[in-house]
Amino acid sequence: MGRIWVMYKKELKIYFDSPIAYIFIIVFLGVTSWLFFRTFFLIKVSSMRSFFMLIPWMCLFFIPAISMRLWAEERKTGSSELLLSLPFQEWQVVLGKYFAALTVYVLTILLTTPLAIVVGALGEPDWGVIVGSYLGSLFLGAAILAIGTFISTLTTNQIIAFIIGVLVVAALTVVGQPLFTLFLQGPLAVLTPYADWLGLANHFTSISRGVLDSRDFVYYLLMTALPLYLTVKSVQASKV
Amino acid sequence: MIEVENLTKRFGATVAVDNVTFTVKPGEVVGFLGPNGAGKTTTMRVITGLIYPQAGTARVNGHDIWNDPVGVKRSLGYLPESTPLYEEMGVVDFLRFTAEARSIPKKDARARVDEMIETCALQEMAFKDISELSRGYRQRVGLAQALIHDPPALILDEPTSGLDPTQILEIRKLVRRLGQHKAILFSTHILDEAQKTCDRILIINDGRLVGEGNPQELAAMAKGSSLYRVEFRGETQQLLSGLPGHVTVAAQQELPDGWLALDLSSTEPDDRSEELFDAVVAAGGKLRRLARKEATLEEVFLHLTKGGEA
Repeated sequence: MGRIWVMYKKELKIYFDSPIAYIFIIVFLGVTSWLFFRTFFLIKVSSMRSFFMLIPWMCLFFIPAISMRLWAEERKTGSSELLLSLPFQEWQVVLGKYFAALTVYVLTILLTTPLAIVVGALGEPDWGVIVGSYLGSLFLGAAILAIGTFISTLTTNQIIAFIIGVLVVAALTVVGQPLFTLFLQGPLAVLTPYADWLGLANHFTSISRGVLDSRDFVYYLLMTALPLYLTVKSVQASKV
Repeated sequence: MIEVENLTKRFGATVAVDNVTFTVKPGEVVGFLGPNGAGKTTTMRVITGLIYPQAGTARVNGHDIWNDPVGVKRSLGYLPESTPLYEEMGVVDFLRFTAEARSIPKKDARARVDEMIETCALQEMAFKDISELSRGYRQRVGLAQALIHDPPALILDEPTSGLDPTQILEIRKLVRRLGQHKAILFSTHILDEAQKTCDRILIINDGRLVGEGNPQELAAMAKGSSLYRVEFRGETQQLLSGLPGHVTVAAQQELPDGWLALDLSSTEPDDRSEELFDAVVAAGGKLRRLARKEATLEEVFLHLTKGGEA
């Protein structure tokens, strides 16, 4: 744990010493708040539903922007040479970096809580749903971030890491959307439940309802652990 | 102590390092010399545990790269080629991170960082970001991170490239000082530097070790390349026909004052000056210069790395 902590502190310092973290937080909060309040005062319903419906799509674009630099930049500048010459195990470096990026995301999500306070002040929202949705946002973000981290090890170009990250996460999101599963007709219809299960946002929707089903958490843990495992393997593969 | 045993590393079809074996003992600075692309960096990266070889192994202080890569990394300070650093970090922050990463206890870490800043003369730059530093200072930060845990072995990949002469001298002095107790492997493609800094030189070419020894021993390896300069006046034809069999004329030049300058090359490695003197006397001529040119390290190097065509 101590080793991960050393790596985590360094990585977090880089996020906050450079403008990346601030830009990310400000833009994320700005865009979500704008999209939320644009309709909030028109609909006049004291609920954050429209806000949380945005989250999977916001994460789709924003999280690969946090994860893209994690490994691509190290490879590009060559600092990975230095990093990997330090007495760390690969998984310690991978987790340290991942948790630092996760911290940036969690902080951003926590900074959206004033929205909940506004909604609470103006009406009587269902707090169970709001708490559930926040929980779902964390799990969803953790999984997308792990996928983005893995993709960042595959290239030395941050922009490519970002674009591929968005594409992969988009594919995993769209595959579970009704608009896609509707096309699974005839013999393909057997795939529908799998597509439903695979869809990144579906489990988020179900957690957001306030129904805490262990299957949804297992899904997100799997979608986080697997890419992180692949990240470790990918970092090790560079040594062959 | 750095031990490399039968190391072979291929990248696809290219053999980067081919069955290389050598040892660097504590208190020894070993120069790793070779043209660009000879396999110096690859060998160093294998020892550091950054890449795995196809065959053979390397050990640092008894830790094997296969069984105990973290042990290897603990006993090693590494300065990568071109010194990649974290641009966004401040010098002190970066050194604190490496101190922590090297498991230096918190109570000692601050003193250790201060000591490194002093050793590497970084006082004026301590609170700047690494991105603001010049090449020379970056190199010093790189050295500071390699030395912070006082490792028994050091691997420095072209530590002087891109530095000005004063900085090069400083780095060499530091390497010599550190080399009194540590095992240091130091790569360079500058011969003069290897000659001045190292106790022993390894010459690598196309992935193979082609020469090993101290600078004098290496010079002795350049067999057949002893050269003589003779300045002579008299019957040229008579002299040329009277030369001993192992000597051939490399160049012949009429000097403005009427003397004849001859560059002779001999296949005999040891000094045969007196035979040439006798040949001149036998030709009835006069001699005003007879000099034997020792093979320099440069000639040895060219000889070893280009198969003698130089």
